[in-house]
Amino acid sequence: MTRIFKHRLIWPIAALVALIVLNSISRPSFLSITITRGQLYGSLIDILRDSAPLMLVALGMALVIATRGIDLSVGAQMAISGSVALTIIADSKTPNSLGTVVVAILAGVAITLVFGLWNGFLVAVVGIQPIIATLVLMLAGRGIALLITGGFITTITSTPYAVLSQGHVLGFPVAFLVSAIAIAIVTVLVRRTALGVLTEAVGINPSASRLAGVRSRGIVWSLYGLSGLLAGMAGILYSSNIMAADANNAGINIELDAILAVVLGGTSLAGGKFTLAGTVIGVFIIQTLTSTITFLGVPPAVTPVFKAVVVIIVCLSQSQRMRGWISGLRPPKRLVVTTPNETPIATNRTTA
Amino acid sequence: MSEGPVVEVSGARVQFAGDVALDAVDFRLFAGEVHSLMGENGAGKSTLIRAITGVLRLDAGTILIDGQPADLTSPAAAQRAGISTVYQEIDLLPNLSVAENVLLGREPRRWGRIDWKGMRSMAGEALARLGVDIDPASTLSTHRLATQQLVAIARALTADVKVLVLDEPTSSLDQDEVAELFRVIRSLKEQGVAILFVSHFLEQVYEICDRITVLRNGRLVGEYMTTDLLRIELVQKMLGREVVDLDLLASRTVPDAMSTESEPIVSATGISRRGVLPPTSVEIFEGELLGLAGLLGSGRTEIARLLSGVDSIDGGVLRVDGTATHLHSPRDAMLRGIAYSSENRKIEGIIGELTVRENITLALQAQRGWFRRMSRARQDELSASWIEALEIRPSDPEKLAGRLSGGNQQKVMLARLLALAPRLLVLDEPTRGIDVGSKVEIQKLVTDLVESGMSVIFISAELEEVLRVAHRVLVLRDRRVIINADADSLSLDSLLAAVTKADA
Amino acid sequence: MSQTNVAAPTPTAGPATKRPPRLRIRTSWVPVLAAVAILIIMFLAAQLYFGRFLTPRLLSSLLVDNAYLMVLAAGMTFVILSGGIDLSVGAVMAFTGMLAAKLLLIGVPVAVVIPTMLAAGAVSGLIIGIMVQYFDVQPFIASLAGMFLARGLCFVVSLEAIQVKDPTVLGLQSTKLGDFEWYLTPTGIIALVVIAIAAWVLGYTRFGRTVYAIGGNVHSARLMGLPVARSKVLVYVISGICAGIAGLLFTSYTAAGYSLNGIGTELDTIAAVVIGGTLLTGGSGYALGSLIGVLVYGVIKVSITFLGADSSWTRITIGVLLLAFVVVQRLIVRRANRH
Repeated sequence: MTRIFKHRLIWPIAALVALIVLNSISRPSFLSITITRGQLYGSLIDILRDSAPLMLVALGMALVIATRGIDLSVGAQMAISGSVALTIIADSKTPNSLGTVVVAILAGVAITLVFGLWNGFLVAVVGIQPIIATLVLMLAGRGIALLITGGFITTITSTPYAVLSQGHVLGFPVAFLVSAIAIAIVTVLVRRTALGVLTEAVGINPSASRLAGVRSRGIVWSLYGLSGLLAGMAGILYSSNIMAADANNAGINIELDAILAVVLGGTSLAGGKFTLAGTVIGVFIIQTLTSTITFLGVPPAVTPVFKAVVVIIVCLSQSQRMRGWISGLRPPKRLVVTTPNETPIATNRTTA
Repeated sequence: MSEGPVVEVSGARVQFAGDVALDAVDFRLFAGEVHSLMGENGAGKSTLIRAITGVLRLDAGTILIDGQPADLTSPAAAQRAGISTVYQEIDLLPNLSVAENVLLGREPRRWGRIDWKGMRSMAGEALARLGVDIDPASTLSTHRLATQQLVAIARALTADVKVLVLDEPTSSLDQDEVAELFRVIRSLKEQGVAILFVSHFLEQVYEICDRITVLRNGRLVGEYMTTDLLRIELVQKMLGREVVDLDLLASRTVPDAMSTESEPIVSATGISRRGVLPPTSVEIFEGELLGLAGLLGSGRTEIARLLSGVDSIDGGVLRVDGTATHLHSPRDAMLRGIAYSSENRKIEGIIGELTVRENITLALQAQRGWFRRMSRARQDELSASWIEALEIRPSDPEKLAGRLSGGNQQKVMLARLLALAPRLLVLDEPTRGIDVGSKVEIQKLVTDLVESGMSVIFISAELEEVLRVAHRVLVLRDRRVIINADADSLSLDSLLAAVTKADA
Repeated sequence: MSQTNVAAPTPTAGPATKRPPRLRIRTSWVPVLAAVAILIIMFLAAQLYFGRFLTPRLLSSLLVDNAYLMVLAAGMTFVILSGGIDLSVGAVMAFTGMLAAKLLLIGVPVAVVIPTMLAAGAVSGLIIGIMVQYFDVQPFIASLAGMFLARGLCFVVSLEAIQVKDPTVLGLQSTKLGDFEWYLTPTGIIALVVIAIAAWVLGYTRFGRTVYAIGGNVHSARLMGLPVARSKVLVYVISGICAGIAGLLFTSYTAAGYSLNGIGTELDTIAAVVIGGTLLTGGSGYALGSLIGVLVYGVIKVSITFLGADSSWTRITIGVLLLAFVVVQRLIVRRANRH
């Protein structure tokens, strides 16, 4: 077991360690963590805190990708949940009461759960390709968010709400704790129940799973719901950070970062086997990369170039052709055309 | 003919991820002859055809065209070398017009612009030669399958054809259309075209072919003149002869409960599926081992899939324990105690990237639902006990199932289904493509299961195997049950004759 | 992905030899006609509601204002017909615009700048195409990388907007041919020419038909000996070149290069192409349909402005329309597959 674990995560961990070493060489303060009034501060803590929204989104994305799907609407869903929560708080007479904030958060997350289930319905029941089904909400979602906020950037002042991003509990930023709890819950949900292995079975081989009696429809459907729910929570964290519902910019391009994190962590885009631990590491890699780029004085706007380079390297390293070249063998001689219906059959050594 | 063969394959070997699909096969095709390639599932027919038509490359061996080494690196290269192909699955473009399907890639052009008018008339002529009169401008998908098959043939004929490969070209044609096709084949033959004709219809093979090459399990059995080879001999060569003595199974006990008064656990009355199986009736009793015998395409797999909910039935009534039921999915069937193991182990059986343990527990877990996970201890116990009972090797439950040999993968699939404790187990070619040792073990296991009261439907291309393990045998030909009799009352020869059609 | 998915009616069960004497409308035109119908209904509804909608000026501006989108849609049509998708077009459009603005600023002659824009677009398309074809990267991911790259490179060129003062570039938009009511700008003409060329290439060249073949069933296309690899790469190159042209049109339209130009344009483009009747799974559709799709998009945008409603309704309406089209396509395909 530990051998498999090692094997699958060795590269993501190596990449993360390399990034951290690189950082700590170029700025020795990178690794230092200070404690002020019982709260932890430092670059690493910032990374933990800032990675929270991406972490939530990436966890959902990993599961959706495992089913051979993809969820492009997560960014738009973040915008929606933030808009709903902040509109509720802004319209409330008691924006500072804990009750209002809890209601707002639940409402924001509930609505994205519904949207997530809608995506799942389109994919699992209607049978639309995942890219397209979620593209619809990616397109319309921000519009919906803008409608909710009335086209303005709703800003609020609400102390309990601000705690989500600025507060500390047990010395750690609340946002990080939220993402840690999400990791724990999702891990338990997936690995303590049979959801994980059934999802993998469906992702690896849908027809064999059907013949084994696996009901893939419900699984796929609910995982899109989960992805929506997690995106909703990410939207809450994001809006708490800026104390504003910015329908246009909340979670912009986060779907891409999330996909990247999942792939970096070692989960194949083709579906099947997934690793939550790898995804978590992938998120930290991306966040550290962003932090590094900022530190290097590169304008944050140029970050996409680095991400693009990483995407290209990762995708190429996953491709058959590249593997063939690297392993020094002749390029994999294979079928010029592959037929889905043909299976090679092992020979039977029976002689006539 | 004094000349050498147009196509000469020698020592062909093709391997897929460890499995040998073609091993040291020689094959010759002469100008002006119709040559048939015969063999059961997995014999290597498709692989050999794909090598000749440039779809895949040989791992070892050579292909000579007109005595020259040929570089068949792609279908396009094969076409340039004069090899035209009509594939089994009609590989056309349903979204384009008939004319394009006939001519795309060599369409008439003027100044780089496709000459649509010229193209339509050329396609129309090509189709007319096959006796087809359809509008070449119409979309291909608007025509029925038989017409599409003729369009595919028209495409193959418009090229400058030296070698014509026809892989199951008649599977959806009616008699008149087949006659028309044969007329064209004969005229091409007279023009000196070398024709490779693959069909599972023995009648057609004997009607049109001059020479037959038989493959079995990826190896060459032999090359024969059609006139020298009796049908029964052909079938025997295709199906092979078991060399191992199975005295293990000698003591077969036929349960006495299988009398007429007892209720069958599953009874199908006139079940059918459009385009797949005409109305067919089957019954199976408790503790009975029912063998299904027949050649490829005889309907043996189709019946199994309808009985176990994999494909749903259009007509007829299926009764489980006397109650009429409609099975919507394999899951439905499993809940009623019917489990199906597919002949297609890689695509419909094993989940290769999951471990042996996960594969074995999958069906049981799926039945419990995702929420009620089997504890790890229970999984370990279950998989360990099945690994031991079925002697799955290697015995490591954490090994990825895809890494196991074919025979062991088959056992993993069986373990998965047996863990459900089904009442009826439907096994579609459980012993195909696995080594002799595993084969005997599986046969033994099946008879043991039946003795313990389970009912089993056992499908095999090997008649001897069916005859040996089964209590009762259904023989299928052309998707119809032609014999339903006790195994004891049948001999291998009578079975062979029935499968082959007796009047030969 | 490459399963054959084609909108087709129930195959006639009768003998194939009889030619039915019926009006011959190809099924693949049905979605296009549906888009035309929607366009007409929207025109009429808007005319009834606003009173003065169907004016020559408005119709002219509909064409001119959406010229860049038409060009993008023309390129995207190739990609989607082949069964792929290109998410990079908005970013590539912004990048080529930015590059042009910068080059013009440092005094490079316009005769050099414009070919450079097209070349930049072509190169980005080539990179995506090679990744898709030779490294088996999903089109979605490959073009995403292209999008990241182009967007980031925009900021490498300049963080701020760069004004464009070159008379040739500006003239493309400001030159109004025609009278005061009916007019057309060079940008509009370029857009129409691009659509016409796309329609011709798709309908009348071997490459065009190969694109349909690949989208219909890539496996069959290969077995037929069609140049699949080359065509698949070329499709992305074409889309890239179109993004370059769109960059030119957009720069001339806004008189500036700006890094944030065209964010989300790839989605508008995809929506327009699908609404115009191109099957997202590939193999069926027309460049002319994409033109209609862009016009539908334009009318929605104008109507929402006329209504004084929030502009976010544009995206929502487009999203709903896209969904409706995709679901209908799916149902048609499902019915066709049943036979």
